[in-house]
Amino acid sequence: MDAVADKVLTARGLRVAFGLPGGRTARAVDGVDLDVAPGEIVALAGESGCGKTTLARTLLGLEKATSGEVAFGGVPLGRSSKALKAYRRQVQLVLQDPSGALNPRHTVYDAVAEGLRIHGIGDDEPGRVADALARAGLRPPERFFLAYPHELSGGQRQRVVIAGALVLEPSILVADEPVASLDASVRGEILSLLLRLKEDAGLGALVITHDLGLAWSIADRIAIMYLGRIVEQGPVEQVLTDPRHPYTRALVSVLPGSLERAQSPVAEPIVLAGELPDASRIPGGCRFRPRCQEVASGNALAVLGQCEGEDPALDAEAHAAACHLVHARMAA
Amino acid sequence: MTLLEFRDVHVTYTGSRGRIPAVRGVDLKVEAGTTVGIAGESGCGKSTLAMAVLRLLPKSAEVRGEILLDGEDLLRMGWGRLRAVRWTGASIVFQGAMHSLNAVQRIGRQVAEPMLVHDKDLSPAAAAKRAEGLLERVGLPPSRTRSYPHELSGGQRQRVMIAMALACDPDLIIADEATTALDVMVQAQVLQLISGLVSERGVGMVMISHDLSVLSAVCDTAAVMYAGRIVEQGPAHEVFAQARHPYSAALGAAFPVIGDPAARLRPGGLAGDPPDPARLPEGCSFRPRCAVSVERCGEESPELLRIEGARSSACFVAQEGEPVVIG
Amino acid sequence: MTASPTPPPPLAASPRRARRQLARSRRRQSFLRSWAAYRAQRTGMIGLVLLGVIVVLALAAPVLVDESALSVTQATGGRMEPPSAAFPLGTDEVGRSILALTLWGSRLSLLIGLTATVVAIVIGTTVGVTSGHVGGWYGWFALRISDWFMVLPSLVVAIALLAVLGRSMGTTIAVIALVSWSGTTRLVRAQTLTVQSRPYLERARALGAGHWHQMTKHILPNVLPLVLASATLLVPSAILMESSLAWLGLGDPNVVSWGSILNRASDNGAVSAHAWWYLLPPGLAILIVVLAFMMCGRALEAVFNPRLRGEPS
Repeated sequence: MDAVADKVLTARGLRVAFGLPGGRTARAVDGVDLDVAPGEIVALAGESGCGKTTLARTLLGLEKATSGEVAFGGVPLGRSSKALKAYRRQVQLVLQDPSGALNPRHTVYDAVAEGLRIHGIGDDEPGRVADALARAGLRPPERFFLAYPHELSGGQRQRVVIAGALVLEPSILVADEPVASLDASVRGEILSLLLRLKEDAGLGALVITHDLGLAWSIADRIAIMYLGRIVEQGPVEQVLTDPRHPYTRALVSVLPGSLERAQSPVAEPIVLAGELPDASRIPGGCRFRPRCQEVASGNALAVLGQCEGEDPALDAEAHAAACHLVHARMAA
Repeated sequence: MTLLEFRDVHVTYTGSRGRIPAVRGVDLKVEAGTTVGIAGESGCGKSTLAMAVLRLLPKSAEVRGEILLDGEDLLRMGWGRLRAVRWTGASIVFQGAMHSLNAVQRIGRQVAEPMLVHDKDLSPAAAAKRAEGLLERVGLPPSRTRSYPHELSGGQRQRVMIAMALACDPDLIIADEATTALDVMVQAQVLQLISGLVSERGVGMVMISHDLSVLSAVCDTAAVMYAGRIVEQGPAHEVFAQARHPYSAALGAAFPVIGDPAARLRPGGLAGDPPDPARLPEGCSFRPRCAVSVERCGEESPELLRIEGARSSACFVAQEGEPVVIG
Repeated sequence: MTASPTPPPPLAASPRRARRQLARSRRRQSFLRSWAAYRAQRTGMIGLVLLGVIVVLALAAPVLVDESALSVTQATGGRMEPPSAAFPLGTDEVGRSILALTLWGSRLSLLIGLTATVVAIVIGTTVGVTSGHVGGWYGWFALRISDWFMVLPSLVVAIALLAVLGRSMGTTIAVIALVSWSGTTRLVRAQTLTVQSRPYLERARALGAGHWHQMTKHILPNVLPLVLASATLLVPSAILMESSLAWLGLGDPNVVSWGSILNRASDNGAVSAHAWWYLLPPGLAILIVVLAFMMCGRALEAVFNPRLRGEPS
């Protein structure tokens, strides 16, 4: 195995279900395959409630998978606390809201050193903390050591959170909406930082977002999630400029400020009616069918039986979609 | 017809840190049947401006200038008249509005309530009927009128808030980050609804957002605010596509156009943070973060001047006709 | 809000020491901020001054009055003498100075009140944090137990326990602690649940933090200010409880506390003898101490609560 394959984060057939009062189960993550390798940024995009945050938490071992497995470098994620601890040095989390992600009573130094202390890495703690802060773009790091979170701006706080993850020298970062709570002009800076970490240090990242523009700015690959399942995935250029799944097409079409309509891959905005169904009431057959514009417009008549009867799987293409209509058109 | 006009509006808060200027001289007109966007980041004064319209600011805020609604100065209006204006003249949809619904009242009743308070002759049954109609117009089926807020999704609650804002047929609607917390698809639904209202009912609309791309899609004109001032103004899509102020350019770049090769793997952004309103820099308040600043920017603060057609900019560089974006 | 961190003072010889020094100065600043907020509260300051006076008097009691003044056999005064120059607050039924008794009694009342509070707070905080953090079956069980203690009539339980366990200072402290920990548990548990849902705990878990780390490094520091405020309010109730028990004759017979003075007074017919000097001093002392602690506790709550709700301002 080469160095990169050694450090690939994979999920295979991952399912996470929660019991709800009344005996129903919410299938938040419902059969997901995903790879994140060092040196690439993968965007996981979808609407709120589609299960993307649950997927992230499961990848970090914060949530137990109902079935399927998470593996790092081919080694399945163990249940023992020792195995989890070793895994966590490799895969780290960056949360959405940097103000909440930092204990208001801890200084920047303590917040960044926390990971080192948990993992018992005692040698040269100040040096490691300073290095992590500098890599996260807080320079000179010593100036920030004793600051409290409330004395920092939102962008600086998010850098501290990132430094706290970097201090363990992980291979993969899982970032849940890393810029959603930051001011617009500060976002670019944080995204540039993620890009730079990828390019200079070969860090891999899974960036969870509802913002397709963010994916366009930094991601190499993108996975579109709908109701617990990835419905389309592939290189960002292909997925976003030539979307195949009807859901992705609709998402891309309604983006405000996309290129002049003529240049947009989807000519007319497709505003889907209704909202994301509840994860405890996933429709049978294709889960997107009740809202699908192709079904509504009658374009999918030829495959309608399949749409109603069987859950489509992602095809094996590099740019894959989970849609019977797309598969039928490809076969033709 | 000019519906709403801000004339040299200043808002200053007095707090433990002294006097903090939040809005520093804003002139802006909203014509009936048009949508004006105000873009900017947190702390730039855009929400303060919106609240000043209905005099919803805390006591510590001092407002100077004039805010004219249909030619009538809202700042010098008596309380009785102001109350009437709050119902029928103008209404606000806030960002966090989803949480301001009464949790123990059915939504149909909550929408009907302002009508009953405002119009004494209206029977409860008629009000309920109208509330149902309003909710239907914002895309909620009549069966939903008997739901409680917690039974609705975030997008649905936001639409209830819009229905409430429409309840008394206001001439002006102010939407303060009304779609920010919504998902792309729900946002599209709400934006479609809002544009429909403006064109078919001829109401005036002020839309406040940090997302310049949303404003460019919905608004006729856009004003970009920075540190309490309008720094650029013009037709919304032009401001977004070809900014004439380095700050608008950076704000626009934060929301890249998908498919634009120039934005691919090049996240736009600005170094530094928005200035502390209590300690504004000398000269142009944007200078510390500006990549194109010239010597003059450190000495005097640029005025918002017309540069061509309907566009104005408060940037010396743009006023000279030079590009405001490097590279 | 977007202020840059203040530049650190010049570094000392070793960077590690310099950091500790700075950390200490940061803590001092934060303490001074809280102190300033406390000082702004007038009642809190009055309470603090009162408390200071009482504590100084209690500590200085052996210097002010010789312990022999408490001895029944060496009493110098007559039976229930009204206040005079020799005995400013009169004497009890065996001729001891009420002033001396009240002064010495303060030591025991305060000691029992404070110790019982500390024990109650330690139990309450431990159960509260663990039940809130661990949850599940244990959390449910701990909550039910504390509910149970909460609804029991505390005085009745205390009387029953003392009757079984025997009268001594140790058992009094234990019994008072036992009937008062549940309130703290509730409070701490609620606060733990709030802190628990904060993203920084999620971050700590993702870093690999175990339960011990989460509880001691994140939950406890955020719960403690509230605990401190509630402890200040618990002391007066412990003092009152001790006085009630002693007044009912369930105190340690070998020592003098305010409650035991009252007990002796009523046993020896001070009420019918109109010996107001016998009843008033210990009664007023209890009242003043309780009031002083209450004032301090309320002020502390006002200082710490906004901080717990929001971020430090």
